[in-house]
Amino acid sequence: MSQPSPARDGARVLVSVLVIAITVLPLAWMVSLSFKGGDDINNAKFLPSSWSWDNYRTVFKNDLFTDALRNSIGISLIATVIAVACATGTAYALVRMEFPGKRLILLGALAIAMFPTIAVVGPLFDMWRRIGLFDTWIGLILPYLSFTMPLSIWTLTSFFKQIPWALEDAARIDGASAWQAFRYVIAPMAVPAVLTTAILVFFFAWNDFVFSVSLTSTNKSRTVPAALAFFTGASQFQQPTAAIAAASVVVSIPVVVLVLIFQKRIVAGITSGAVKE
Amino acid sequence: MSTVSTAEAAPRHKKPRGQLDHAQRMRRTGWMLSAPAVAIMILVAIAPLVDAVWLSLFHKRLTTPDANSFAGLSNYWVVLKDPLWWTDVWTTLALTVATVSVEFVIGFGLAHLMQRALHLRRSLRTIVLIPYGIVTVVSAYAWRYAFDPSTGFVNDWFGIDIAWFDHRWSALFVIAVSEIWKTTPFMSLLLLGGLIQVSPDVQEAARVDGAGPWQRLTRVTLPIMKQAVLVALLFRTMDAFRIFDAVFVMTGGANDTETVSFLAYRQLVSRTALGLGSAISVLLFACVLLIAFLFIKLFRTDVSKLGSPT
Repeated sequence: MSQPSPARDGARVLVSVLVIAITVLPLAWMVSLSFKGGDDINNAKFLPSSWSWDNYRTVFKNDLFTDALRNSIGISLIATVIAVACATGTAYALVRMEFPGKRLILLGALAIAMFPTIAVVGPLFDMWRRIGLFDTWIGLILPYLSFTMPLSIWTLTSFFKQIPWALEDAARIDGASAWQAFRYVIAPMAVPAVLTTAILVFFFAWNDFVFSVSLTSTNKSRTVPAALAFFTGASQFQQPTAAIAAASVVVSIPVVVLVLIFQKRIVAGITSGAVKE
Repeated sequence: MSTVSTAEAAPRHKKPRGQLDHAQRMRRTGWMLSAPAVAIMILVAIAPLVDAVWLSLFHKRLTTPDANSFAGLSNYWVVLKDPLWWTDVWTTLALTVATVSVEFVIGFGLAHLMQRALHLRRSLRTIVLIPYGIVTVVSAYAWRYAFDPSTGFVNDWFGIDIAWFDHRWSALFVIAVSEIWKTTPFMSLLLLGGLIQVSPDVQEAARVDGAGPWQRLTRVTLPIMKQAVLVALLFRTMDAFRIFDAVFVMTGGANDTETVSFLAYRQLVSRTALGLGSAISVLLFACVLLIAFLFIKLFRTDVSKLGSPT
């Protein structure tokens, strides 16, 4: 490894600060934009000349946004819970049990991860219209489940492989019931893996635009990313720039909070399957 | 497994009853636990994809439900001989190559920095992760408004006057900037995972043997972390090739900035031309498969060892 030298450390600090600045820049810009009132929006400067909460008042009075926010939260949370529950069962079976078809499940999941999402939009659009799932919560939850399942199964499988399962048997021999062995020995090791996977699934559902813009048509089930594309200004002659900025800041808050709290877990989740075996 | 050795030792019909039941029970439980996830993946991913292949063989539009006739491969022929398809393929390819290669270089540097930095390491790792979670549409709007001559600060900061979204290549440049900002964290974390596997001893040995920094990078570091490099490049390339959100938000496909996914969307959803749109989807899927195939051939790696797609 390179010898520690003050000059090199200094350079690294400098580059680190630069990287952090570039990363934060567009976010700071969105925040700044969202506080610009009136004509300030078109001042073509980074900062507002006066700060105003007007844009937040506007978006929270707008059904298009509040309904979309409700849909985003509901749909993403439900999809996350179901996807992680199903994937946990599958990953447990893949790691702990011998049965034909294991390899097929893993490879099938990998293949689905390669699907361009737009490729299944046509058939789903057609089918959802026929069976009444078009523009419903379920109509979005189902594709979110199928497209996060591969990621969940792979991540959980690689985490579960690291759990020393023999401890479960040891606890049983020591007189613990099956439930106790699971509750006190296995669960504490498995829960962080499940939580990490849940965050990654939530990010996917929260981020989705393709399905939401294609499989919904009203406020009933349209999520925020798609709703942003349909924003209009306060009057039809006004650009929706400020409202979009405020709404963007609002939907970024949960993400930033999750990242700040679970930074280590998310990194472990992203890198889990990629380098081992 | 103990059952296996018992089965080999004893003739089939004499196998102890309890053990046979155990294996059977395990097989049944395994299938039952996997069933919900497998059912969802088959019903809402594999079946629709097969359906897309089927739909692509028909002249079908939702606006004219009666005109639903078998088309054979003519939809594909219509797509492939249309110059628009080829423009969109080149646009998508250009965006993919540009974003993934820039991301690889920045991502590798960033991984290196995250591994070596003494100060600010934690803040660096946390803050760099934020774009990964930010909604793609939000990133696209942020960069669009930053470059837009009437709202943005970019022209002001650099003392230039460019109508970024009025020209093909300047618009694609802004789209690429947004994509690079959003997805470099993913790339750099996957590369960091690989970089950690390269032991300092090997580096030191190469240095003692007189290898320069460039040689150590290309002959020692990169070959050792080949697996991580493959995963990072493969998943990012396939992901970049289906780019849709940023194009929708920034240009709506104007000035020849339309990508293949966007073309498919326009045919499928805006025009409800299910037959033609499905043909485009199937061709897009074929492109992605081809990319995966080329990468795996190029790196000569066992597919079953690949990891989590995010």
